[in-house]
Amino acid sequence: MQSERMLLSGDEAVALAARDGHVKLGTGYPGTPSTEILEAFSELGGRAQWSPNEKVALEVAIGAAFAGARAICTMKHVGLNVAADPLFTAAYTGVEGALVVVSADDPGMASSQNEQDNRRYAVAAGVPMLEPADSQEAYDFTLLAIEISERWHIPVLLRMTTRICHSYTVVRPRPQLAAPPDPHFARNVAHRVMIPAYARPSHVRLREKLEAIAQWNETEGPNRVIEGAGAGARGIVTSGISYMHVREAEPEAPVLKLGMTHPLPLAAIQAFARAHSPTIVVEEGDPYLADAVRAAGIAVESKPAMFRFGELNVDRVRRILKGDSAPEAKLPSGKPPELCPGCPHRSVFTALRDLNCIVAGDIGCYTLGVLPPFNALDTCVCMGAGITVGLGLRQVLPPEEARRVVSVIGDSTFLHSGITGLVEAVYNPPPTGHLTIILDNGTTAMTGMQEHPGTGRSLDHRRAGKVVIERLIESLGIAAPVVVDPTVDPAKFQELVQEALASGAVRVIVARRDCLLATAKIKSYEQALQREACLALEE
Amino acid sequence: MRSKNDVTNVVIAGLGGQGALKASDIVADAAFRSGLDVKKSEIHGMSQRGGSVTSDVRFGREVFSPMVPSGGADFLVVLAASEVTNNLWQLRSGGTLIPPDLVDEHTLRSKKCLNVALIGALSAFLDLPEERWLTAIRANLPEKVHAMNLAAFQKGREAAAGLPQ
Repeated sequence: MQSERMLLSGDEAVALAARDGHVKLGTGYPGTPSTEILEAFSELGGRAQWSPNEKVALEVAIGAAFAGARAICTMKHVGLNVAADPLFTAAYTGVEGALVVVSADDPGMASSQNEQDNRRYAVAAGVPMLEPADSQEAYDFTLLAIEISERWHIPVLLRMTTRICHSYTVVRPRPQLAAPPDPHFARNVAHRVMIPAYARPSHVRLREKLEAIAQWNETEGPNRVIEGAGAGARGIVTSGISYMHVREAEPEAPVLKLGMTHPLPLAAIQAFARAHSPTIVVEEGDPYLADAVRAAGIAVESKPAMFRFGELNVDRVRRILKGDSAPEAKLPSGKPPELCPGCPHRSVFTALRDLNCIVAGDIGCYTLGVLPPFNALDTCVCMGAGITVGLGLRQVLPPEEARRVVSVIGDSTFLHSGITGLVEAVYNPPPTGHLTIILDNGTTAMTGMQEHPGTGRSLDHRRAGKVVIERLIESLGIAAPVVVDPTVDPAKFQELVQEALASGAVRVIVARRDCLLATAKIKSYEQALQREACLALEE
Repeated sequence: MRSKNDVTNVVIAGLGGQGALKASDIVADAAFRSGLDVKKSEIHGMSQRGGSVTSDVRFGREVFSPMVPSGGADFLVVLAASEVTNNLWQLRSGGTLIPPDLVDEHTLRSKKCLNVALIGALSAFLDLPEERWLTAIRANLPEKVHAMNLAAFQKGREAAAGLPQ
């Protein structure tokens, strides 16, 4: 029996709700701050799996939801860019069961390459969106998202942020939802096959659903008014973590706290703004609420532009409420992160630095190769772009410079979206050729050492199919990729890079050595699997 | 000691790998087990790669924001000498600094217990039942290290007498 009262992170609360809400399948790709959701769901006995990337994860979840199951798909904010294609059309098709898409945004970029505000995706794709403000709401809104998704046959976006995902707050689990019927496929081509003839009425249907949901949100949605000191005081409209900062900054203020922020309960917002004039919108990130509310003809104040950047906190909310846009004091910064002592990537970046390479980098621990003492990374855009940006540089730079260009990409990132980059290299090889180094440390290190299709183990570290990277590369028609441990003989590794750069061909080096932090874990997983295999033989 | 309705703000700072987050887990758990509202917040990710790590723990009758307001920490617990100066701004005036050298790590059965030793010192200032602390330590650490950490906790609790009360 679960205890009455629990102290959970937002991620754990989503996982618990997924378990309590009879979610049949959880899919995703690791990404801070969303990673722990599927791990916790798996530990609670849920069926959870890492996909090679977010697009794949969402499509698998859509299939499950087409079959009437409840599915949850988790990713960080930039992951939703990868998964945007299926999301937009799944809004048209709708689902039979439930589909909850978790977008974990990272305002302030604690561990991300941008601070995009994915509330915009709910509007662009036309899906309802819930924004929890603490772990209790992360739990409640996950269950509510399932209910809304099933009731209106529509995917629901659960929009979290780093502070919600990674803060621990008290949760009281509520009675569970009834289990859905067993999965079953009912043919319904008009709702499942998006050829133009079926997609046109599907779009109309989507807008009708959103209209109905907006009506529901006005009266029954997860929004509430905190009356505060009463009439006369300035009203505050807010959502998500900003609500908590607001309550602390101005405990007596009347507050309209929005839980469903798309489609918005505009009539309720208007009524609140009329009763509390002036009303100010306090939100983190883009002025999403303020713009939408103003577009509806409701007069509200909003934050100064400088507070679009970074996370909000109680002090910044106080300043927003005062309209104080004086420059903010810079706080002392701590020690920056670095590649761990003994990290195998160190040998690679030492070689690339010493060879004066132009390095097109990618997303992972190895992005830290940009910092001293290596200073050996020159670009980093998004997952997979290490290979392709490198190709673009090679295509246009003068030959002397082009020959210095190297792409580096991690093993998990390569399987996520690097493969198509190598296909591009084969199909449109630059005149000087190209060198890609796959930094294969046997794990998805940056996000906390998750498994991936190249490790041969599933999310819960059990035996799974294994994609062998060098065989995959060979199958593309790239001549014999070299697999080497870059730490064994650094001088030889440097020679190897030099030789590949001089070859004028499309070459790949797989620099393989397990992440130092993961070595013991990998060993223990493999030992457990071997023990299991031996026991199976004895039986 | 602050009144029961006030929120107590604790910031724990250190370097990645020192157990700052584990220490904050224990503090939050001890407060949680004492029946208080608790919020704990930290940023992981890049910080795990040896960089600076801080974790905020707040508890009281009702806690709103999970983040300690800047300059609002009642207690600042620091696990690494290099992290004291850059975190002092977090401490309110009159707040208590629990520095890494409060407990000589060589007197501990393992240097890895420094985090729990400093939590022991923190516990001496807080109005939470000692039994809750001990339960929280056991609940958050593997059994084989219970004894050494419980000893470190007591050592820290005694060392707190040397700090301004």
